[in-house]
Amino acid sequence: MLKTLARIHRSGRRWQSTEVHPAPAGGHLPSIATSTFLKPTRDLALRTAGLRYVDQTEQDPAREMVGRETRKMNMYQAVRDALSIALTKDDTAVVFGEDVAFGGVFRCTMGLAEEFGRERVFNTPLTEQGIAGFGVGLASMGHTAIAEIQFADYIFPAFDQIVNEAAKFRFRSSGNFDVGKLTFRTPSMAVGHGGHYHSQSPEGFFMGAAGLKLVIPRSPIQAKGLLLSSIRDPNPVIFMEPKVLYRSSVEQVPMDDYEIPLGKAETLIRGDDLTIVSWGTPIYHCETALKMLSHPPPSLAPHVPESLRSAKAELIDLRTIMPWDVETIAESVNRTGRLVVVHEAGRIGGVGAEIGAEIQKRCFLKLNAPVRLVTGWDTPVPMQYEKFYMPDPIRVLDAVVETLTY
Amino acid sequence: MIRTLRLRATFPAVVRGHRAMGTTAQLPSPEHAHGHLPSSTSPIISKLHFFNSVMEGGKQIPTYRVIDGAGQPLEGAAVPDIDEALARRIYENMVQLPILDDILYNLQRQGRIVFYMTAYGEEAAIIGSAAALAPDDEVLAQYRESGVLLWRGFGYDNVMNQCFGTHLDVCGKGKQMPVHYGSREFHYHTISSPLATQIPQAAGVGYALKRDPARLGKNCAVVYFGEGAASEGDFHAGMLLASTIPSPTMFIARNNGFAISTPSSEQYYGDGIAARGPGYGIHTVRVDGNDVLAVYSAVKEARRLCLEEGRAVLVETMTYRVGHHSTSDDSFAYRPRKEVEDRKRLDNPIVRFRLFLESRGWWSKDEEEALTKRVKQEVLAAYKKAETLPKPELKEMFTEVYGGEEPWNLREQREELARLVKKYGDAWEPWKSELKKHKGGGKDLLE
Repeated sequence: MLKTLARIHRSGRRWQSTEVHPAPAGGHLPSIATSTFLKPTRDLALRTAGLRYVDQTEQDPAREMVGRETRKMNMYQAVRDALSIALTKDDTAVVFGEDVAFGGVFRCTMGLAEEFGRERVFNTPLTEQGIAGFGVGLASMGHTAIAEIQFADYIFPAFDQIVNEAAKFRFRSSGNFDVGKLTFRTPSMAVGHGGHYHSQSPEGFFMGAAGLKLVIPRSPIQAKGLLLSSIRDPNPVIFMEPKVLYRSSVEQVPMDDYEIPLGKAETLIRGDDLTIVSWGTPIYHCETALKMLSHPPPSLAPHVPESLRSAKAELIDLRTIMPWDVETIAESVNRTGRLVVVHEAGRIGGVGAEIGAEIQKRCFLKLNAPVRLVTGWDTPVPMQYEKFYMPDPIRVLDAVVETLTY
Repeated sequence: MIRTLRLRATFPAVVRGHRAMGTTAQLPSPEHAHGHLPSSTSPIISKLHFFNSVMEGGKQIPTYRVIDGAGQPLEGAAVPDIDEALARRIYENMVQLPILDDILYNLQRQGRIVFYMTAYGEEAAIIGSAAALAPDDEVLAQYRESGVLLWRGFGYDNVMNQCFGTHLDVCGKGKQMPVHYGSREFHYHTISSPLATQIPQAAGVGYALKRDPARLGKNCAVVYFGEGAASEGDFHAGMLLASTIPSPTMFIARNNGFAISTPSSEQYYGDGIAARGPGYGIHTVRVDGNDVLAVYSAVKEARRLCLEEGRAVLVETMTYRVGHHSTSDDSFAYRPRKEVEDRKRLDNPIVRFRLFLESRGWWSKDEEEALTKRVKQEVLAAYKKAETLPKPELKEMFTEVYGGEEPWNLREQREELARLVKKYGDAWEPWKSELKKHKGGGKDLLE
């Protein structure tokens, strides 16, 4: 007995330890673990709507599921899986960027250089404008160029190459040249401690670059399918990966080569009383807000009128920001008469403004309340104040309640 | 009367970049060194020493030349092995450029085309380099290098159609300003206005060539840019990538002394663009850009090095922009007319090469007259054809923004314009006359 205790003591394990561990660099969002949007079992994963296997032979999706395998992956593993499939199936495909060779600062390229060689998975010097220009040149020759920009906050040196060159490449040469095979991957959105320069959501800056597509996944299954679609889409795509979801979102992911279509939003929760549109990390805050609407915790109960607790909101994940699925959103708002748009980026010049303007044009007579935007404030992302900056569940709940009672 | 320009030193100035830079005159010799830093061959010295030039003793990087102002080979110069046919082809291509430029420049002045850029004075740099490349080397140019495209067979019709923006504009269906040529057939990437963006792109193009088993070792990417564009961050990025990754990319800097009104003395403090090459560890040469044989030789050798080592090579051609920056510029606002006239007279690349040809018995005055007459006729004929052609169909404005399925916003906007054209096309004057200029008169939108 004493020997056992001694052994336990020597092994260094501390029972009921009160040690505090630092949050991982990429952030941690424990509330996501219980999200119903993540598919914890093979059966649920294989029933993902809109998933199209590249080698699909069966017309009947039910039969399609029989032989398919899934594996538990978090988002960075799902991204890595997609890259591995792209590299395997397309001999011209190369993955490059800062620090991708050792596995990447967020592990999205783990083992790829070892598997495919340093000619196909390689580090570039520290130059985003160089990475982008290099990718444009490579893609102009018909090679699949998958470029990583280490943080979306650092994409701005590449802005000229992306907006003036990549986006306009096909139009200006009337199709003689194009960079359809160019894809940028970049970690974006807040982690809780990123401050000005590790938290940004720059999709608003790129929306106006005609010729470019913008895609933002919410989960591992979505990330893999949307990334493969982005790589194969005949247009340059910026694929923004919410970095806090790299480790925090975990689900069973089909192991085969599949795509999820671009330009199509996904309705996650059906409802007739109000429409919420969001993308990336805030999707989960919207989910929490809707739970609080129907079952408010005691402290919030006074703020949620009884009559509203049976309201059914429709939650839509936009997924592709450009071109965005206006038909799905308009159909929903024409039914519900109310729209709330949630995004981390600031209010002015944000995507919500574009959605609001277009929806008010299409649904004007059906709207029962003004379009409501729940966004980051119009300041740079402030380090110690993040809990009050990012649109969290209480702000979404507040906006939903106000919009329902307008 | 051509004054011969003599230059004592005639050795080719190929500066090889090394990780262990050669010592300058003031440094102690390696025998007194105290070893090296770990994982480095940089010798340790105990004397504090600053250096600020590539060449020893603060001298400038020399300029390679083969023939002098009278078309005579310099002492010790190796005249490249060019047969008469190639020499004549080079000369004819050089002569055509100012003839074409004269006509198109004047067309802009008459309001027939909206914009143009000439290449006066740089004919040797452009054609000399074009002749040294393989016809399928991928060229990414800035805007003054259409001579490369013409060398490859682009033809005056395509030039005119692009400049006039007619429905036969193969480069871009009238979507871009004049001189923004491009051709997949001739391996000439479409010109864009932002400067230097093509430089890191060329490093990527070179990498694609390296990865293509059919073209590895056979083709390189060739990127042209002016000494002004070389100030952009994209220049640094491109040189860095092509030297480090590496990729077979040849960098040709046209140092013509001006970036619009900014003389090179206000563009950089170091020894031109060539001084930067060794900073990236790459083979570099500076060449007399008005000596077509020197340019040809240097680019040929640069290409060989580029393909052999699969890495960036830098060629700086020293020349002079005789013309204005563009039709939007009057260069006499910032430089004396006499300076330009003197340059045209004293260092004329076309005259220098003609004298060389004549000394070989490969050219005559009669042939000169016949050539200029023929080129002028051909250019004017192409102009006459293009002048009457309509602009592309109006619906082309919305094509090829995206590949694959057209997004809803473009579909709706096209329909919106169709509605507006139908409603106001006859009633609103600017539109009424403008519609007539387009093939189809706007009716294609209504389909």
